[in-house]
Amino acid sequence: MAAPIAKSNLVMLKNAFKYVGLRGISTSRPASAQLTVRDALNSAIDEEMERDERVFILGEEVAQYDGAYKISRGLWKKYGDKRVIDTPITEMGFAGIATGAAMAGLRPICEFMTWNFSMQAIDHVINSAAKTFYMSAGMVNVPIVFRGPNGAAAGVAAQHSQCFGAWYSHCPGLKVIAPYSAEDAKGLLKAAIRDPDPVVCLENEIMYGTAFDVSDEVLSKDFILPIGKAKIERAGKHITLVAFSRAVATCLDAAKELSTIGIEAEVINLRSLRPLDFDTVMESVKKTNHLVSVEHGWPQSGVGAEIVSRMVEGPGFYHLDAPPVRVTGADIPMPYAKTLEDHSLPQGKDVVRVVKKLLNVQ
Amino acid sequence: MFSVTLRCLGRQVHQQNKSLAPLFTYSKNGLNTEATFDTKPFKLHKLEEGPATTVTLSRQDALKYYKDMQMIRRMETAAGNLYKEKIIRGFCHLYSGQEACCVGMRASMRSYDAVITAYRAHGWTYIMGVDAVGVLAELTGRSTGCARGKGGSMHMYVKNFYGGNGIVGAQQPLGAGIALALKYQGTDGVCLTLYGDGAANQGQLYEAMNMAQLWKLPVIFICENNGYGMGTSVDRASASTAYYTRGDYVPGIWVDGMDVLAVREATRFAIDHCATGKGPMVMEVVTYRYSGHSMSDPGTSYRSRDEIQEVRQTRDPITGFRERMLSTDLATADELKDIDQNVRQVIDDAVKRAKSDKEIGLDELTADIMSNPIDTRVRGVTAFDTLTHKRIGPAVNS
Repeated sequence: MAAPIAKSNLVMLKNAFKYVGLRGISTSRPASAQLTVRDALNSAIDEEMERDERVFILGEEVAQYDGAYKISRGLWKKYGDKRVIDTPITEMGFAGIATGAAMAGLRPICEFMTWNFSMQAIDHVINSAAKTFYMSAGMVNVPIVFRGPNGAAAGVAAQHSQCFGAWYSHCPGLKVIAPYSAEDAKGLLKAAIRDPDPVVCLENEIMYGTAFDVSDEVLSKDFILPIGKAKIERAGKHITLVAFSRAVATCLDAAKELSTIGIEAEVINLRSLRPLDFDTVMESVKKTNHLVSVEHGWPQSGVGAEIVSRMVEGPGFYHLDAPPVRVTGADIPMPYAKTLEDHSLPQGKDVVRVVKKLLNVQ
Repeated sequence: MFSVTLRCLGRQVHQQNKSLAPLFTYSKNGLNTEATFDTKPFKLHKLEEGPATTVTLSRQDALKYYKDMQMIRRMETAAGNLYKEKIIRGFCHLYSGQEACCVGMRASMRSYDAVITAYRAHGWTYIMGVDAVGVLAELTGRSTGCARGKGGSMHMYVKNFYGGNGIVGAQQPLGAGIALALKYQGTDGVCLTLYGDGAANQGQLYEAMNMAQLWKLPVIFICENNGYGMGTSVDRASASTAYYTRGDYVPGIWVDGMDVLAVREATRFAIDHCATGKGPMVMEVVTYRYSGHSMSDPGTSYRSRDEIQEVRQTRDPITGFRERMLSTDLATADELKDIDQNVRQVIDDAVKRAKSDKEIGLDELTADIMSNPIDTRVRGVTAFDTLTHKRIGPAVNS
């Protein structure tokens, strides 16, 4: 790392911090604490509300219940009725109200209890929020964050388990983030709240309780991660595994197992779906010549379909030694019965199976 | 006592003839500087008192309202013609016949009140401050249009005016949200949120009204009831056509939307209600559109030509207002003719500009998708077409 000679230690630290933030490479900074994804999101919202008076949060149960998944715990007590607003169970109405408030200069955080319920309000996310800046020739930007848990939880069956990564990342005018770790959750959500455009934040309920080691800077009030930049969670040289959100854990599980048989997988955590950091994927595949995209959503027209298409449409094609392949949720509505549910989503061993096949290993 | 006598005389005169007699006037150069009129009574829902039915109109205001209504009428006629010449494409929903609504409402608005409406928005765009060129050139898709030609008929914006919305009903909760912002920011600003009789049945309206009432949002939900939702008359679409009562727990007023003064008074009353923290209000403004739903609808398959003619002849908002001005000597016929000429000239010039001004360049295809673009590469129609994002507009909420 060729750091410029700094005038003072403070400047040096600041530069180092910027470097870490921008490069997005796994660093060996010492962890100073453990932080759950839930607490990361909570502190992101809290810090941004403290920093900017225009930021407020609305949604079902966000205030007096402390949040259906406790993401907004303590905020109502701290900020009161004006800035932490419990809504009736009327998604289309409150998503529209939040979007209107953003058009008029506030910075709302609109929580969907799960992204499944966003379908009731999707017209506002797309037609009212995403398209308005372009339609108004750059006059009315809509600085709103829509957030909530996305994808499958456990045992919640078909209507409560859909992944919306493909649907929202499809649309120009939206930014879409999909944090995996606590660091991702904090840095990306803060960036989203500060962003002057509409951002869709796809969280994951199962990850909420997972604790991660985090460094001091993650805990700081100005820790921001750049939207649209992927992170290499694990370096490797034999094959590239690309994922977002909980599927990153699936890839890390697979990578661990593959390592025992001498296959070093490089795991890329996309962090954002729009813009999608394809450059990082490309650089990785130049090195490994093999690509597997892993997601928990459905296969047809999914995020993986986009990644694979980009790889074969361009120069990436010539770096591949095998077809790029997707690992996804099964093409079925989510069943309830435990064994069936277990077989609806990909696990580490499914990724291992695919990697072995691509690398021609028994 | 003298004034009581005059009022009695006035009332008798009023009852005798259709055109409304003045009560209190003073002369200057043979013209009056103001006149007073009675409006049709308002119907009230969950309100003890309503707007005043006796209205005073100054000469200055009269000339302004007349000119504004004529501008809108002429501008919409020009738009209709441009559409028939195929220079305007896509959708074009004309406001002809409804002029008294936006002109009357604007007359009572303060400079910081906001408006949001649906797609029958050209009249509103004009009254909120975009000139005829800005509207017509937007309709013809030129760079001098108020959205540089990128929005078109249904997506015109200007300060405090949030469009122009293409999805029926979407503007209802958006408007409540704008009201929330006005209140949150500590102003006593109000958001006028307009929708049609068709959109009055949208579920999101009731969701928005519920939250507006709960949180006392300063939003006026205004139904511009022109009798038809596209080709479906109100009786065929709504189990209850008393739109001013549809807010249930939200107080409402029924207004004669062909009378610019009635609209002005009702709006004044509603703004006062909302601006003093009493929560939302509903206004049903009964009006009429001469054209079909849009330019692709002749507007005669679901209603009779006689009906349209009847409204034109007996209830036209501009003709009626003109008669009022002339009968009370607020203006002379020549003065009004001058205004008509001036309006014609302005619109004719605007049409010329709308036809001859250029479109924006292809470099703006990828302009202003985001106000803070992260990756400025934008994919074109093939994998081999990479375009560049550009930033042009002011992004007022940065």
